[in-house]
Amino acid sequence: MIQQYIEQQRQKKDILLMTHIVMGYPNFDACLKLVDEMVTAGVDLMELQIPFSEPIADGPVILKANSEALASGVTLEQCFEFAETVATRFDIPFLFMSYYNLLFKYGTARFVERMARIPLRGAIVPDLPPEEAGEYLAAMDSSELSPIFIYSPNTTEARMDYIAKHSNGFIYCVARKGVTGSKTSFSGELESYLASCSQHAGIPLAVGFGVKEKADVDFLKGKVDVAVIGSESLNRLREGGVPAVGNFLRGLRD
Amino acid sequence: MSERGYYGEFGGAFVPEILTATFDELQLAFETAKQDPAFWEEFVQLMGSYSCRPTPISYAENLTNRFGGARIYIKREDLNHTGAHKANNVMGQGLLVKRMGKTRVIAETGAGQHGVATATMAARLGFECTIYMGEVDVERQRPNVFWMERLGATVVPVTDGSRTLKDAINEAFRDWVSNMDNTHYVLGTACGPHPFPEMVTYFQSIIGTEARKQILEITGKLPKRVYACVGGGSNAMGIFSGFLADDDGDKRVELIGVEAGGHGIETGQHAARLASKDASIGVAQGYKTYFLQDGDGQMKETHSVSAGLDYVGVSPILAHLRDSGRVRFEAATDKEVIEALALTIKSEGLIPALESSHAFATAFKEAPQLSSDDVLLINQSGRGDKDIFTVADAFDDPKWEQFIIDKAAQYQARAAARRSS
Repeated sequence: MIQQYIEQQRQKKDILLMTHIVMGYPNFDACLKLVDEMVTAGVDLMELQIPFSEPIADGPVILKANSEALASGVTLEQCFEFAETVATRFDIPFLFMSYYNLLFKYGTARFVERMARIPLRGAIVPDLPPEEAGEYLAAMDSSELSPIFIYSPNTTEARMDYIAKHSNGFIYCVARKGVTGSKTSFSGELESYLASCSQHAGIPLAVGFGVKEKADVDFLKGKVDVAVIGSESLNRLREGGVPAVGNFLRGLRD
Repeated sequence: MSERGYYGEFGGAFVPEILTATFDELQLAFETAKQDPAFWEEFVQLMGSYSCRPTPISYAENLTNRFGGARIYIKREDLNHTGAHKANNVMGQGLLVKRMGKTRVIAETGAGQHGVATATMAARLGFECTIYMGEVDVERQRPNVFWMERLGATVVPVTDGSRTLKDAINEAFRDWVSNMDNTHYVLGTACGPHPFPEMVTYFQSIIGTEARKQILEITGKLPKRVYACVGGGSNAMGIFSGFLADDDGDKRVELIGVEAGGHGIETGQHAARLASKDASIGVAQGYKTYFLQDGDGQMKETHSVSAGLDYVGVSPILAHLRDSGRVRFEAATDKEVIEALALTIKSEGLIPALESSHAFATAFKEAPQLSSDDVLLINQSGRGDKDIFTVADAFDDPKWEQFIIDKAAQYQARAAARRSS
């Protein structure tokens, strides 16, 4: 299970890195090279986002990657196949990230079985709160996959407990209000929020939204288990190609 | 959120965690307001003094004679301030925003009517206002953009996705997740996560409540059929609300929702979610309903001559009413709509919006099937003046075209003079 993996890796490292790619953006060949580069750079976990036409929780950078991938004809089946390629080739846990409609339309139970066969280790579905997730939770449980839910700065403490009850593996803490990719202030306010997350989660924590540089990762050390690098990898990819992403990621934990 | 707003299997609240607390707050404010009789009174009072409520029902005698069937009556939502039923929902939500103590409102708009109505409300009640509008719609509804900006709103053209209504909704949500502390999202139709479908229907039900009383006073009987166009479904839910309970035997009021048939159902270029077999159940934009989507679950591009009906999803309440057999759905093509509009203008001196003209088109097809004892009611959800550019194109009016050419030449000369000075 993911939780054990995170705990084992944490014996060796101050903080783990989880990165994110949008499958099919800019194309599948480049994605494969990107995953290779990220794994070589020491990334510990990876989110594979299936592009969706209505990515309501994503900011401009990832939104654009979603729509460009779809415009180039990326299909769900291609994403399953790509996930299978990387999950069998590279020895780190991979998770799906996407929106609920893709699971629902495929058939949630069938989708989860497919994830297990790939094999993926979990999924992040930001528009599926636990209250609406009955079928998904049952299927994830019987396939021994981790449903990753989200804490946000305005999640009440009672709700943190409720979400923790349905979570497995780790909980993804959104560092601030807003969408992916904007600026986050890594400050005392964030610190007390993370302390509260940690107290209620009872399982490892990942923090994402606006983690862009070494100082951010340093700030998170000792407070959480995983730093999530999302939009910034895409920015580096666009500016300097695949090698630039590797250099950037290596620099985060030097 | 304890109560999740399901209508049969449709509805729900599929919201990102960051908005959960905001939705809880909204639901509590709405429930509290609903239980306070003074709130509805304040709403009715405001709509009577600021808009034009109660809006009248007009008897369309010339159209009635032409079709030789049912007597045709028209509920005049076009006479609201800003020219459409949108004002009802917007002013209602505005009163709620005051109760919640927020200072900024945002909204999506397709045709621009909801944007103009929201900007008007914001000006009147003293809120900051940002309107998200698909780039395609900004192009086809420039006059509304002009008015929103004059009213003090910031209009943001949305360049993602299909650059229409659904993309404007996504962008409004993205604003909201950053600014929920001081901002309320004034969703314009009976869609989206709970409590929006219920809340928008609640404010729009003023149409149906008035209409039922008025039609009984005027004709002494209930209508045989009620027609409304359906984009997201707010004007339809508004007028249908008054007649939903009239479901027994020969007193039954048949309710007909008319969707955008676009270039024709068979072409695939339409926005008929409930009248065609092209849509399937899905979850997007925070709620579960029928969407026009592909086999993977990606939303498709839709087409309609009217921006306000050009939308991939539909009210979860209407999806349920369709599946339970209470509301029948039909589609009218762009061509039929333009013909119905031309006929209504010439016969009655009424100028329905292109959206509303869908309801007219289907009502005209069916009126001859009914007897002259029967009453037929059409909801004229908005006025068509705003559509002058689209309608003039559809009518292929050479004098209008010349006017635009001359006007463009004037502007070009003015711009050239400005550059050289």
